[in-house]
Amino acid sequence: MTDHNHSDTLIPDEGLAPASTALPTADVLEELATPPRSQWRDVWDQFKTHKGAMLGAVLFIFIVAAVYLGPFLWTIDPTQIDIRSRNQGPSFAHPFGTDQLGRDIMARMMSGGQTSVSVGITAMLLALFLGSFIGVVAGFFRRLDGPLMRLTDLFLALPLLPLLLVMMLLFREPLSAAFGLERGIFILIVCAIGITSWMPTARIVRGDVLAIKEREFVLAARSIGTSNSQIITRHILPNVLSPIMVSATLGIATAIITESALSFLGLGFPPDFPTWGRLLFDGVDYLQQYPERVFWPGLAISLTVLSVNYLGDGLRDALDPRIRGR
Amino acid sequence: MLNFTIRRLILAVPTLLFISLVIFLLLELAPGDPMAQVPLTVPPEVKEKMREALGLGQPMHIRFWKWIVQFFWIEPQVLIDAMFGTTFSEGDLRVISWQTRSPVMDIVVQRIPQTLWVVGTAYVVAILIALPIGIYSAYRQYSWFDQMGTFVSMIGFSVPPFFSGVLVIVIFSVQLGWFPSIYDTTLVVNSWDSFVLQLKQMIMPVMVLALQITAQLSRFMRASMLDNLNQDYVRTARAKGLSEYVVVMVHVLRNSMIPVVTVIALGIPAIFGGAIITEQVFKVNGIGQLLIGAIQANDLPMVQTLTFIFAVLIVLFNLIADVLYGILDPRIRYD
Repeated sequence: MTDHNHSDTLIPDEGLAPASTALPTADVLEELATPPRSQWRDVWDQFKTHKGAMLGAVLFIFIVAAVYLGPFLWTIDPTQIDIRSRNQGPSFAHPFGTDQLGRDIMARMMSGGQTSVSVGITAMLLALFLGSFIGVVAGFFRRLDGPLMRLTDLFLALPLLPLLLVMMLLFREPLSAAFGLERGIFILIVCAIGITSWMPTARIVRGDVLAIKEREFVLAARSIGTSNSQIITRHILPNVLSPIMVSATLGIATAIITESALSFLGLGFPPDFPTWGRLLFDGVDYLQQYPERVFWPGLAISLTVLSVNYLGDGLRDALDPRIRGR
Repeated sequence: MLNFTIRRLILAVPTLLFISLVIFLLLELAPGDPMAQVPLTVPPEVKEKMREALGLGQPMHIRFWKWIVQFFWIEPQVLIDAMFGTTFSEGDLRVISWQTRSPVMDIVVQRIPQTLWVVGTAYVVAILIALPIGIYSAYRQYSWFDQMGTFVSMIGFSVPPFFSGVLVIVIFSVQLGWFPSIYDTTLVVNSWDSFVLQLKQMIMPVMVLALQITAQLSRFMRASMLDNLNQDYVRTARAKGLSEYVVVMVHVLRNSMIPVVTVIALGIPAIFGGAIITEQVFKVNGIGQLLIGAIQANDLPMVQTLTFIFAVLIVLFNLIADVLYGILDPRIRYD
């Protein structure tokens, strides 16, 4: 992996050296005339060959679009109670049927999906930020490496699901008092998931930073007097982007599953505020009569996670220069 | 090897202390009050007495120390007493549940067998399925079997237990009516019929748990086999004229099992945590359900103890995995 961020500086490129000594031939000139292929173009070409990943990407984009843009087309209010048309099966008025209070399940699925997906993405961003920060700092500064990695090990030894449940129990009321019920719980869930899932990212990033730190271009940057923070932001971070992106996709998947699990155990969002996990939990009571009520939210969770997992799989292959072009 | 083990053991002590501190401090911040259920007619000074009787009056560090002593000193004594009929622990104060006013550990001991039965069976079943799948997928890489294996394990990763559990209930218990949807822990196995009943009620939870574990283990086994299949010693073994069976099942498998064995060890505590959801779905009254019940009832000593038991399990199996790796792979030992 080379430093792609610096193609615009005046450091002469290795590939150009022989051309400048001899007279440039026609095909060399032609090669110089066509702009070089960017790294992201290569990544995209490799990504396209992975069928599962393409399918996953399309599915994920479709789910996100359906969840966020769907309410503009399907304008029934998810909280509107219509007790006369309760427990209906699928029909044109209600494609997924209605629940025990006559609320439209499709509208609820969309609004639940908004919460689930946004919790997943926000929690992933938080975990990613924490993980990359700790990973980069631990890898770059030798003195902080030991303590930070011990901290990571300690966090890995914590029983995460029980602790998450305990955190939900303890901080639910103070936070919902401070920020309002829904936003308080949103903040709580995002923070709880973020704080308990940064460790794998930190470990991977640290390993890569340790290897990159010893490379010549970092030495070159240091020798012209680049400060540590500049080296990290301009030379190290772009080169550890690929493991970070892969753990980002996997992070969305785990965050969505964790949020649904908390809601399923009755410790997530309040009952009148639908998420996919909550809808599943509510559907379990009507399992015998209306099994489809469990089926839709469960399918939505599983499909989202499956698509994100395939996306991450393809991204990992596409971002690995050793596999690329094979 | 002994040196190595001792070094790991010593490292585990601060880890455990740190975790117990985290759990203790987390619960210290709890807004829940055990006196909330006491009627308002009870005068405040009596309430204060009751609070002290529960050990709540003292400063934080003393309570932390007392909890540590109760957990690591008194509870083992109780265990020894129960096993050998001695009286070491007589008169000592044990960790008391706020829900039932009885010692927490007694309840935990009642609940553990159910969890162990279900989770343990699922783990064994998963290992028995995952290893052959992993071996064959690696041996025939990119064959249709391998592609199927990849797809099935992707599904195992992606379908959360609260959905797969509910799904198998809908299919096998509501639609087909083959198995009961609720796990009956009062069932005593003493005849062929009750054995069949026990088997029937175990199939669904085991299936759900095993799907997840199989997904992870078979991927890991496959990757580990693939790493080894291209090594030089495999070519040597083939060149010597060994049969393909011996090359794969003896030479490659033994070397690829090293990381897999440690992953199996590392997965055991995670299974206890993951089984919380499965236990909830099938109403198995194991320790996972005990934890959920305690959280909902604001029973802090119980939550504290259970969370800490999970943590101890994680640290213990980390240790076991480390030592196992050392035993199996001499290169690690001399590090």
